[in-house]
Amino acid sequence: MLSYILRRLATGLVTLFGISVISFFIIQLVPGDPAQIQTSQIADAAVSERVYQQLRELYGLDKPIPVQYANWVGKLVVGDFGSSFHDGRRVSAKIGEALWPTLSVALLSFMLTLIISTPIGIYSALRQGGGFDRSVSTGLYMLYSVPNYVAGMLLILYLGVKWDLLPFRGMRSDGYDEMTTLGQMWDLAQHYVLITFCFTFGNLAYYSRFIRQNLLEVVRQDYIRTARAKGLGERSVVLKHAFTNSLIPLISLIGLTLPFVLGGSVILEYMFNWPGLGRLYFESVLQRDYPTIMALNFITALLVLGITFIADLTYGLVDPRISYEK
Amino acid sequence: MATEATTNTTTGGAPAARSYWHITWRRFRGHRLGMVGLCVVAVLFLVAFLSPILANEQPILCRFDGGIYYPAVVDLVHQVPGTSLIIQKQRPYRLATFDFKREFDPERGDWALWTPVRYGPREIAAEPLAGPSSRHWLGTDQSGRDVLSRMVHGTVVSMKVGFLSMGIAVILGLVFGCIAGYAGGIADLVISRFIEVVQCFPAFFLILAVLAWFPPSIENVMIVIGLTRWVGIARFARGEILRIRETDYALAARSLGVRPAQLVLRHLLPNALAPVLVSVTFGIAVSILIEAGLSWLGFGVQPPDASWGTILRSGYENLFTAGHMIPPACVAIFLAVLSFNLVGDTLRDVIDPRLQAERA
Repeated sequence: MLSYILRRLATGLVTLFGISVISFFIIQLVPGDPAQIQTSQIADAAVSERVYQQLRELYGLDKPIPVQYANWVGKLVVGDFGSSFHDGRRVSAKIGEALWPTLSVALLSFMLTLIISTPIGIYSALRQGGGFDRSVSTGLYMLYSVPNYVAGMLLILYLGVKWDLLPFRGMRSDGYDEMTTLGQMWDLAQHYVLITFCFTFGNLAYYSRFIRQNLLEVVRQDYIRTARAKGLGERSVVLKHAFTNSLIPLISLIGLTLPFVLGGSVILEYMFNWPGLGRLYFESVLQRDYPTIMALNFITALLVLGITFIADLTYGLVDPRISYEK
Repeated sequence: MATEATTNTTTGGAPAARSYWHITWRRFRGHRLGMVGLCVVAVLFLVAFLSPILANEQPILCRFDGGIYYPAVVDLVHQVPGTSLIIQKQRPYRLATFDFKREFDPERGDWALWTPVRYGPREIAAEPLAGPSSRHWLGTDQSGRDVLSRMVHGTVVSMKVGFLSMGIAVILGLVFGCIAGYAGGIADLVISRFIEVVQCFPAFFLILAVLAWFPPSIENVMIVIGLTRWVGIARFARGEILRIRETDYALAARSLGVRPAQLVLRHLLPNALAPVLVSVTFGIAVSILIEAGLSWLGFGVQPPDASWGTILRSGYENLFTAGHMIPPACVAIFLAVLSFNLVGDTLRDVIDPRLQAERA
C-alpha cells in the first residue's frame, strides 16, 4: 500500500513538472507580453519604449526563460504564486476571490446531480425497458445533447429577458448592500438558479445513465441471485447488495469529472457575468497575466492528479478485492 | 443472425475483414434512432455542401442583358478546393462591386431563378435587427444581414471544423497510439506520460493560448481542436493494439515473417478502427461545440463570416432588442450535437459484441 502511494506520488510529481514546464513555455511563446499590452496606450514612442523596458525588468521578463522558470518554481515551493502583472495584486488573493463563486456552484450542482440521478438510475434499472425507463432515458438523452451554453442562452432569453423571472448578470443585484439579510439571501439564491441549472442538467443525464448501466451489470451477477434465493426483500437486495457493488465505476466517474467542474466553465461564467475561476482565466489570457495563468494551470493540474489519486485509493476501501501490491 | 455476426467479429482475421463493415451496417440499419441521427447528419452535410445554391445573393440561373449566367452554380463548384483555378464566374458577377439585384431589369427581358433564400450571408439586405418576416424568415442581424442565410452558411463552418479537426486528431492519435501500443517500452512510457500531461491541461487553456498566438480563423480553430483532441483517440488505439497484439492471428502473421510496420498497418490497425470510429463520432460533436463556443467568445470565426457561434453572440449582445437570433442557432447546435451523439451511441452498440450478446 505504502509503496503504491509513494510510486503514485513520484509519477504525479513528474507529470506536474511536465505540465508546469509546458505551460510556462506556451505562455512565453504567445506573442504580445504583458509589458507590451500595458504600454500600447502610450503615444510617445520613446517614453513607451522606456516604460516597456522598465516593466519587463520589473516582471523579470528580460531574463532567459529557464531562469524565469526557476524563479517561478523557487517561489512556488514556499507557496507563493507571485503578483498579477495586470493589477499588481497577489495572485493568491485574486484566485481566493474567484474560488468561492465557482466552488459553490460546482458543489451545489454536484450534490443536485447525485441526489436526483441516483434514484432515477436505480429505478430505471429495476424497471428496465418499462415506460418510466424508456421515457426518462430518452428525455435525459435529449437533455444530455443540449450544450450547457446553448441552454444558458435560451434560459437567459426566456426566463431572464422575455418573462423577466430570474436575474442572470453576476451574483448580486444592484442595491444588494441596502437589503435586509433575508433579502440578501433571497437575492443571492435567485442569482444561483440559472447558472447552477446549466451546470447540472448535462451531468444529470450522464450520471443516471451510468448508474443504471452499472446496476444492470451487477444485477446479473450470481451473488444477487443468491441474495434473492435466501429470501431477502427486494429493497435490501437492490440497495445493499446491488447498488453498493455498482459504486466503484461511479467513484472513478466522479474522479474524472470533478476537477473539470471545479475548474468552472469559461463560456458559462462569461455569459452569466459570474466572478469565478473560468472568467478569471479568460481575462488573464487576454491580459497575458502570466503569474495568474500559471497558478490556475498548476492548481487545475494538481486537482486532476489529486482527485484521480484519491479515487484510485477509494477503490480499495469500497472493494477489498482490489490490491495495490504488485 | 446475431450469433453469426458475433463469431465473425470476435474471430476477426483477414477473410472476415471485408464483410465486417457490411455486417456492422446491416446491424446499424436496425436501430431507428441511429438511422434518424444519420439522416440528420446527412441533411446537415448536404446543406453545408449545397449552401451556395440554397442561400446566395446571386441567382442559380438568370438571363441578364441578353446573356445566360449561372453564378450560384459556380459558387457551388468552388466548394471543391482547387476548382476556382479552372472555372471562374463570368465577368460582371465576380466583381465585388457588382450588385445583381440593383442591375436586374425585367423590362429588358431579364429573368432569374433564385436560390430558396435570396440573400447572401454577408449581404446587407434590410434594416438591422428586424424580427422574422415573410422576406427574412429568421429576421436580420445587427448589420441587417439575413439570419437564415447566415445559418445556412454557418453549417459549412460547423461541418468543416467537425470533420477536419477530427481528421487531424485521428491521424495524430492513430500514429502515436500505434507506436505506443506496438513498440511498448520507452516509447510507450514517453507517449503515455505525454498523453497524461495533455489531459491534465484544461483543454480550453491550450486552445485559448494557441489562438492568442495565431490569428483567429476557422483553419486555426480546426488545427487547435485537432491538436487537443488526439489524446483520447491515441489512448483508445493504444489499448486496442495492446489487446490485438496478443491475439492468435497477430502471432500467426508475426511467425510468417511480416515486418512490424506492415503488421500494424495491415493486421492490427484495421481491427482497432471500430472503437476509434465511435470516439471520432463523439469527437465531431465536441468539435462543433468547441467551435461554436470559441466563436461566441470571439476567438473563432471572425466577422463578417457567419458561424452558429457568432450568430449566438450577436443575439447575446442584443438580448433586449433582438432575441430572435438565439433560438435558431441554439436549435442548429443542438441538432448537430444530438445527431452525432445518436450515431456514435448506435455505432458503439453495434460494434461491441458483448452488448449484442446481452440483447440477444
